[in-house]
Amino acid sequence: MGGESTGKVGKLGIPTRFWAWLWLGIAAVYLFLPLVAMVWASIRSPTGIRLDAYGEVLRAPRFLETFGFSTQAAIITILISAALVVPTAYWVDLKLPRLRPLVEFLTVVPLVIPPLLMTFGLIRLFNNTPLTNSNQGLYIMMLGAYVIISFPFMYRAVDAGMQAVNLRVLTEAAQSLGASWITVLTQVVVPNLLVAILNGSFVTFAMILGEFTISSLLNQPAFSPYMLDLSSRRGDQATALGVISIALTWGSISLLQLVGRKQTFKG
Amino acid sequence: MALATPSQSVPPRRNFSWLHSPSWDWLGLVPFLTFIAVFLLFPGLVIVQRSLFDSEGRLTWQYWQSLSQAAITLAYTNSLQVSVITAVSGGLIGSMLTWAITLGGLPAGIRSAVLSFAGVAANFSGIPLVFAFVALLGRIGLLNQWLRPLGVALDPQVFLYGFWGLCIVYTYFQIPLTVLVLVPAFQGLRREWREAAENLGATSTQFWLYVGLPVLMPSLLGAFALLFVNALSTYATAVALLGGVGQVFAVTVVVANQFRTDTFGDPGLGYALAASMILVIGATIAVYMVSRRWAEQWRR
Repeated sequence: MGGESTGKVGKLGIPTRFWAWLWLGIAAVYLFLPLVAMVWASIRSPTGIRLDAYGEVLRAPRFLETFGFSTQAAIITILISAALVVPTAYWVDLKLPRLRPLVEFLTVVPLVIPPLLMTFGLIRLFNNTPLTNSNQGLYIMMLGAYVIISFPFMYRAVDAGMQAVNLRVLTEAAQSLGASWITVLTQVVVPNLLVAILNGSFVTFAMILGEFTISSLLNQPAFSPYMLDLSSRRGDQATALGVISIALTWGSISLLQLVGRKQTFKG
Repeated sequence: MALATPSQSVPPRRNFSWLHSPSWDWLGLVPFLTFIAVFLLFPGLVIVQRSLFDSEGRLTWQYWQSLSQAAITLAYTNSLQVSVITAVSGGLIGSMLTWAITLGGLPAGIRSAVLSFAGVAANFSGIPLVFAFVALLGRIGLLNQWLRPLGVALDPQVFLYGFWGLCIVYTYFQIPLTVLVLVPAFQGLRREWREAAENLGATSTQFWLYVGLPVLMPSLLGAFALLFVNALSTYATAVALLGGVGQVFAVTVVVANQFRTDTFGDPGLGYALAASMILVIGATIAVYMVSRRWAEQWRR
């Protein structure tokens, strides 16, 4: 990084750059062609381009139901996740820095333990309890699993935000003015971490909208299982729905990157 | 720095020093740890415990032994093969892409665009991804439309709805994951090393053979381990592409089939199967962590 650049690098410049463009091209074809094909499949018809599938699918009552269901689940998940992660990360940062690796490790575990196994364990652990015997119980179990899979993203975002502002100093300043812990948390910590929490929220939202494994195994009327179900009956509509879902998830993540960039410019 | 701050700046109210002694601070973690325990730790432990003990609480190997039946070993063999193949294919394309955007001399804008896209695409799996590949390679997909004037018609039953289909589709999300994992390693290859090698008369091949690859090797191994686990754990994509037939090719689909009905009439089998996956994943992640520590020696 710190090394001074000399003219030598240019010696192999032309062939290097050619290979670089070539591999970029190969990767771009692999990553974009399926998306192009999908958009094309959603609008083609024997008579030309038609957007009918989009209109039909957006008007379908099941779409609104499942989409509303997943949106609601995502919002509840985000609230629970933030309520657990923000105080925990703050507390670790302030009081228990030695436990930091442990907490970090625990929040990353859901990245490697597949949701499938987590759900399997959950359903067997709570077998024949109200959690598995009623639909509300299954819904709560799903929310619990959602919160767990949101931890890696929420924690990383909040932790990064916390490193950017010196919360220790802010906390001491607030406390020396006589603020209570609750005041510190709501008036100092949360406002300073708002952008970070939003970051984590956008990723969580996108992830839960596309989530299939947990909701389908727990028999919940979520968006992704509906999409798969639709594909066996109306392929064109399902494909249009797939395009919409990609646009929504990628849009929300791009929004996040935009917000994050603004934040770094300000700082 | 951390040592200098405390004591003086404490508010005057804080003279209940026993309340604030370190031994009570961990209480702040109770809500978080409880949540993790209920929804992650206990479910995992239940799987492992019930795979080893029968309903009367006696230790038994019988469930693990039942994994040797043909249907399970077939699914496992196929799953492991798909995981290795896609870790190699996705890892290869991903590594070359990483090289292209870090050392390949492409415009800076391309690098940030690829990184942003990789962050999104690495999480792009499941139902819409399968729709996209069916739209491309399916019976009436884009590829067949292009080939029709040539009188060629590819049969997707042969290459899409089966083993190779999983390989093709998984490779999609393995590529961006590789980029995300490897960019720091490639950025860690210092320009000075390259210049030193060139000044000593090394060719490009010699540089990569004796400097570049050895330095990158731990990171590449770590990326491979991560990709392997990523493919092995994939469920939604497999079931969306193959439906119930997926249980021949993906061990995750077999586990899912054990949810409501014990497909093989053996309740312990589901536990043993899930526990065996945890074991394989745990071992691979251990390889990843070791390789990461090993890789850090170059980043001082």
